[in-house]
Amino acid sequence: MSVAFHQRIQYALLDERLQQAVYAATGRLRDKRRGSIVPGQLPDYQELRTHAHHIKKHTMENLDYYLEVLARRVEERGGRVAWCRDAGEVQEVIGRLARERGIRLAVKSKSMTSEEVHLNEALERSGVEAVETDLGEFIIQLAGERPYHIVAPAMHKTRQQVADLFEAKLGVGRVEEIPRQTMIARVVLRKKFLEAGMGISGANFLVAESGAVVIVENEGNARLATSSPRIHVAVAGVEKVIPRAADLAVFLPLLGRSATGQPLTSYTSFLSGPRRAGELDGPDEFCLILVDNGRTRILADRGKRETLYCIRCGACLNTCPVYRRIGGYSYPGVYSGPIGAILTPQVLGLSHEPELPFASSLCGACAEVCPVKIDIPRILLELRGEVKKQEARDRRWGPEKLGFLVWAWLMRHPRLFELAGLAAQAMLSGPGDGRWIRSLPGPLKAWTASRDFPPPAARSFRQLWRRRVRTP
Amino acid sequence: MLEYRLFTMATRVSLFVTCLVDQFFPKIGLGMVEVLERLGYQIDFPEAQTCCGQPAFNSGFRGEARQVGRHFLSVFRDAEAIVCPSGSCAAMVRRHYAELFHKDPEALAAVRVLGERVWEFSEFLVRVAGREEVGACWEGVVTYHDSCHSLRELGLAEEPRRLLRAVRGLELREMDLAEECCGFGGTFSVKFHDVSGSMLGAKIESIRRTGASAVVSTDASCLMQIRGGLSRAGLPVRTLHVAEVLAAR
Amino acid sequence: MPAREHILHKIRTALGRSSGQPPGEAPPVRLRVPAAEAGERVRMLAERFNGTVSHAPSAADARDHVARLVDGRRAVACPSPLLERLGVFGLPGVEALPDGVDGVRAACAAAEVGITGAEYALADTGALVVIASGQESRLASMLPTVHITVLAADRVLTGLDELFTTVPDPAAFSSSMVLIGGPSKTADIEQILTLGVHGPREIHLVLV
Repeated sequence: MSVAFHQRIQYALLDERLQQAVYAATGRLRDKRRGSIVPGQLPDYQELRTHAHHIKKHTMENLDYYLEVLARRVEERGGRVAWCRDAGEVQEVIGRLARERGIRLAVKSKSMTSEEVHLNEALERSGVEAVETDLGEFIIQLAGERPYHIVAPAMHKTRQQVADLFEAKLGVGRVEEIPRQTMIARVVLRKKFLEAGMGISGANFLVAESGAVVIVENEGNARLATSSPRIHVAVAGVEKVIPRAADLAVFLPLLGRSATGQPLTSYTSFLSGPRRAGELDGPDEFCLILVDNGRTRILADRGKRETLYCIRCGACLNTCPVYRRIGGYSYPGVYSGPIGAILTPQVLGLSHEPELPFASSLCGACAEVCPVKIDIPRILLELRGEVKKQEARDRRWGPEKLGFLVWAWLMRHPRLFELAGLAAQAMLSGPGDGRWIRSLPGPLKAWTASRDFPPPAARSFRQLWRRRVRTP
Repeated sequence: MLEYRLFTMATRVSLFVTCLVDQFFPKIGLGMVEVLERLGYQIDFPEAQTCCGQPAFNSGFRGEARQVGRHFLSVFRDAEAIVCPSGSCAAMVRRHYAELFHKDPEALAAVRVLGERVWEFSEFLVRVAGREEVGACWEGVVTYHDSCHSLRELGLAEEPRRLLRAVRGLELREMDLAEECCGFGGTFSVKFHDVSGSMLGAKIESIRRTGASAVVSTDASCLMQIRGGLSRAGLPVRTLHVAEVLAAR
Repeated sequence: MPAREHILHKIRTALGRSSGQPPGEAPPVRLRVPAAEAGERVRMLAERFNGTVSHAPSAADARDHVARLVDGRRAVACPSPLLERLGVFGLPGVEALPDGVDGVRAACAAAEVGITGAEYALADTGALVVIASGQESRLASMLPTVHITVLAADRVLTGLDELFTTVPDPAAFSSSMVLIGGPSKTADIEQILTLGVHGPREIHLVLV
């Protein structure tokens, strides 16, 4: 597994164009976020973060209660709720609904949860054409790829690549101007919106007391997907619940700003069930699919439960010096960046990619920008401990374990520590004039691949201290 | 939340130099001694000290980290004030020991006491000793690198800068990527050395753009990473710990 | 065990809660409504609205503004009493929405301009609050490339906090409440901004 992980990272680092594109795009989003949360723009920013954290904490700690309230309200408003334990059950529910209603075409708005459960493939297998309508998602669907970034799925694509795709897959003449490419997508997808029998959306929030789904977007594709077809299906993880509509006054300002630096996006939809009697348009039918898929297991882990507070803003991706270099495709699973690094191991299991929690310098920039104050570095450290504990249980002791056993023993015996220091001095002498070492053997070879290494000091501090004490 | 009580000049300060400074960069330790004595503190150096345990903790080896941590707790048991030239080590004791020893009530009790008494060097000078001007003189343009642990775990953005600005003859010029991680991250620098190298490259470039003749930080590990990159690139920029600058006359 | 019971059971086990157990105390609702008198609200809204704002002191002014914005193009208007009163339906190019969901969809898809009312506007973000009803369509503000909203000036709220103070549960009234913060837009390709990707390219507000 880990060889593939390192290879993907290498691949990303060697692609100069991609490096530049991703670094620039995330940098732009990061700067926009920063500009929107300064005291002049949002004086209560830190206070709102604290509130958001507490609302999520309370909701997760009483999740059964709020899910029951939510389900009851949805049903009161004429909707239906389907509870799904895993990907298979989600696929089955939607597949059956599509079959029963004779659906041939479904339009989809962005939903990372639907990626998680491989919904599109399942729909295709059931003979339903499932079309992504978010422009970025539409592009990567044509390319057969997965989202590169939570908020900007096609961040890695150039206009030339988009032109290639449109030419090959849509049968249009080659167009490289971005506004015209956007118009092509508009025309193609407009047809789909109007013809589709089913619209599938995600949900940024599920409001328990209202029985409502809240969708935040700029394009308007979610509005169209949830208003034009006669059936609206919302797929959402159980952790998306918030207690009250009023809580949106805390979350919406944080989400927009953290994601793209916008106090409010172009469209925020608050949808509660099918069209009411007398309303002019809207779906006949509404189904909310609540997805577990490993979330209840995370809930059970007190130390890592706050992973579920995530509102999928992408701020941690945009600020992470590692993500900005290795990009979305280096990460295993559907979610990338710092949130992906803690979510994926908990959903797919640590052994899926045991090195993932170690692919971080623990700089803490992610925790600093997280609108709901998830302490991502602390959770990464916990996961690292679990990986090593599992290795110990499996009796898989590598040189690193051995190294730390010896290290710990030395560190508990100061005299031996000092002796080891003297030995290192003797072995690792540099060019002699204080210049740093250009090449080292063994594990430290990786260090000297790109930097020089310091020679041990001729006299350690403790030696100098002793001298000093002897001769004041 | 730490309460910063102003200590009187008669206080004894115990040095925790850190394993890295002891073996590789002893001048940083000497710099600390020079400055603290200048301010009238009595220094002691418990010789049985070695390490705070962070390398093992960060690599997931909590058992080994606990062993070393217990040694640290016993070495410094009677210390009144512990000062160390490392934001990451101070943060380890103050912020991570409680979690590390959460199942060990005896160690936890020691952590609660010690946790109130461990300071990073520049933090101690500004927030405890209440000093910004410490009689230092250093001619030249320097730029400052925020170590992630000092900045984000200890909240030290202003303190080191205030100390540097108060140095006679010193001009502090900010680099645009001051708050970006240098790419060290302990074993990350080896396990993911190419990513680490790329992060280091960006930091070096940011330093170069300032035209400064030296880069200063509160953490020797960052300085080791940065100097390693400067040296490899053949750039004549010096790396200095805050203690070394403040010790200069 | 059916999925619902199973999931709830797993959650309760994870949390150490029992079925029917009431929740712990929730953090209080946090709504901070700033004081701002009417003139201030309208001024801020006009400044922050992401489109043109026309002030109409009289019904005739309002009708003229709408006529100018419609510019004879094919338009649909929602059956709101306000739009009726202002004589919008008499303007060249403007048609009423037909009956029936399919008819509404088709008419909105064929029109270049959609004219709606709004329940409120939010001054701090310049957003419109449109609530679906028998007088307000969802698709009229989405399918046409131009969206014109006519709003009474006394319906301007300071922001989200005042909105949720005024309407604590939007679901009580309608299956759809949408906050419209600007035209449809995307920067999904090379981060270059384009307007009107799926919805309107331009939005206009007429304040009466």
